[in-house]
Amino acid sequence: MRVANFTKAVAITSAMILAGCSTTSTTTDGGAAGSANGGQDGAGASSYGANSGGVSAGQVVTREDLNQLQTVFYFDFDKAVVRQQGFADLEAHARYLAQNPTASVRLEGHADERGTREYNMALGERRAKSVERLLMVNGATANQVETVSYGEEKPAMIGHDAAAWGKNRRVELKYLSK
Amino acid sequence: MVKLNQLLVLALAALMSMSVRAELVVEVTQGVESPTRIAVVPFANDSGLALSEDVADLVQQDLGRSGFFEPMARENMLGFPSRRADVYFRDWRISRMDYVVIGRVENNASGQLNITYELFDVLREESLMTEPLSVPQGGLRDAAHFIADRIFEELTGLKGAFSTQIVYVTAEQLSAGKQRFRLKLADWDGARAQTILESPEPILSPAWSMDGSKLAYVSFETSKPSIYVQHLATGKRERIQSFPGLNGAPAWSPDGNQLALVLSRDGNPEIYVLNLQTRELQRITRHYGIDTEPNWSPDGRSLIFTSDRGGQPQIYRLDLASRNLERLTFEGNYNASGRLTQDGRFLTMVHRSQGGGNGFDIAVQDLKTDRVDILTRSGLAESPSIAPNGSIVIYATQEGTRGVLSAVSLDGRVQFRMPANEGDVREPAWSPYLR
Repeated sequence: MRVANFTKAVAITSAMILAGCSTTSTTTDGGAAGSANGGQDGAGASSYGANSGGVSAGQVVTREDLNQLQTVFYFDFDKAVVRQQGFADLEAHARYLAQNPTASVRLEGHADERGTREYNMALGERRAKSVERLLMVNGATANQVETVSYGEEKPAMIGHDAAAWGKNRRVELKYLSK
Repeated sequence: MVKLNQLLVLALAALMSMSVRAELVVEVTQGVESPTRIAVVPFANDSGLALSEDVADLVQQDLGRSGFFEPMARENMLGFPSRRADVYFRDWRISRMDYVVIGRVENNASGQLNITYELFDVLREESLMTEPLSVPQGGLRDAAHFIADRIFEELTGLKGAFSTQIVYVTAEQLSAGKQRFRLKLADWDGARAQTILESPEPILSPAWSMDGSKLAYVSFETSKPSIYVQHLATGKRERIQSFPGLNGAPAWSPDGNQLALVLSRDGNPEIYVLNLQTRELQRITRHYGIDTEPNWSPDGRSLIFTSDRGGQPQIYRLDLASRNLERLTFEGNYNASGRLTQDGRFLTMVHRSQGGGNGFDIAVQDLKTDRVDILTRSGLAESPSIAPNGSIVIYATQEGTRGVLSAVSLDGRVQFRMPANEGDVREPAWSPYLR
């Protein structure tokens, strides 16, 4: 059971890394890639995790640690692949959830204004689900995570250029209880 | 399974708050090349009452805003006849008019107003149409739209859509992180706008029932999307659908008994059809891609919808009986929000050309020939909705930093915009013929 789960987790995570690598260089990557922690494209998720934010693999994630973790994750146009810069922090969130069964999060998916509203609603949900999947393969349980999509209805940044679009294609992770 | 919550409108007060001044106005930005010249002479007021509306002026505005007519300015008219005997065709020929409309308003015994109007062909010097109408005193605006519809149909062969309404959504940023969304109902020309729902959370995808009595829409007022149906006459509404995940894109079947919609309760967005009588829910699509924006064919036998199953959003048609699936759009790398004209022949949609960068425009595809014409050059067009006479598409776009409504005729010859005095305006939906 555990082994099976672990294998599945590795398989899915590597699939995402591969998908991430193949898409990060394409299309409009409007200035939003910069996460708080920086990080190099192409670096493995685990090594990046060890270098970032003071939360390393296997450790207990404390409530204080949460404050240092990224809570907004950005996406490419019409894509729902979590960029690898976000993997380490998402894993840390997942570990916190695994260690604190009463904690729960809400994942709010968003899209930029281009394209139609209902399609963007679907795209925002697909993004939230991508993040949800990453949390769950890393130990969070289904009843700890809820998703909602706001499509293009709640932009983080008002504007009609690549910079604003990049900031608006995102998933926001919000703790409902810690 | 299907939750049915009878709710009263959150703010009944909002329903009643008729705004005095119209928020939207129609400005024709491009008309047909040689518009028909018509003089709508001020109607004589023989009622002895102060009338609330200038009927002839409203008729003239309707005809002018259609883009097919060039109405004559009143100050250039050589006379204001109101009876056939007073119409001097020579004068109107000198003014190079093709047609003249005259009329008068009188009292009748039952306390209503009688309006008589008559349409003349100037060259032939003959009367084409005359008709007496009886309207309540508050009904002058409706009467004017009715007269404009009749004249428009007589002269163009197209049914007029001046008596129709539109709904749309406005969004205002009140402060950081605080927004106000309103669902509004107005005459097609923006007049008599009223708020029918107000919420701090997003409202989108309003859709008219085919009889014009109800709207379905998506509201996030509970912090999650739910589909509501609201009766326009009473303001009463029901929450129709609120499963976990998406509840979106409602579309009424032509017979009004079913609602096509999008749910992601089974993992990803799929099209469902809800029977409004039995509340039975039938899943229509099965694909791991995004399936959304269902709309019915006018005969109710098939659904068109947007799907990215081919890698990019494109429009598909599914025959409901045979489950035969057909891809309709092949030009461009993004086609979504498809709508069919009432005759089923033309498909309007949001379209992005191959290599078109960030430009999203309104396009129309002739389903007989598959010819695609791009009707706008706006860059961020969305939410096309077709007038019931099939001649005009209203859509939302950006002007500067604000969302505005615009419209374009299906043949691309007529364009108009509908600027608002505040906030973002979006999600227009044109009503069917009313009454």
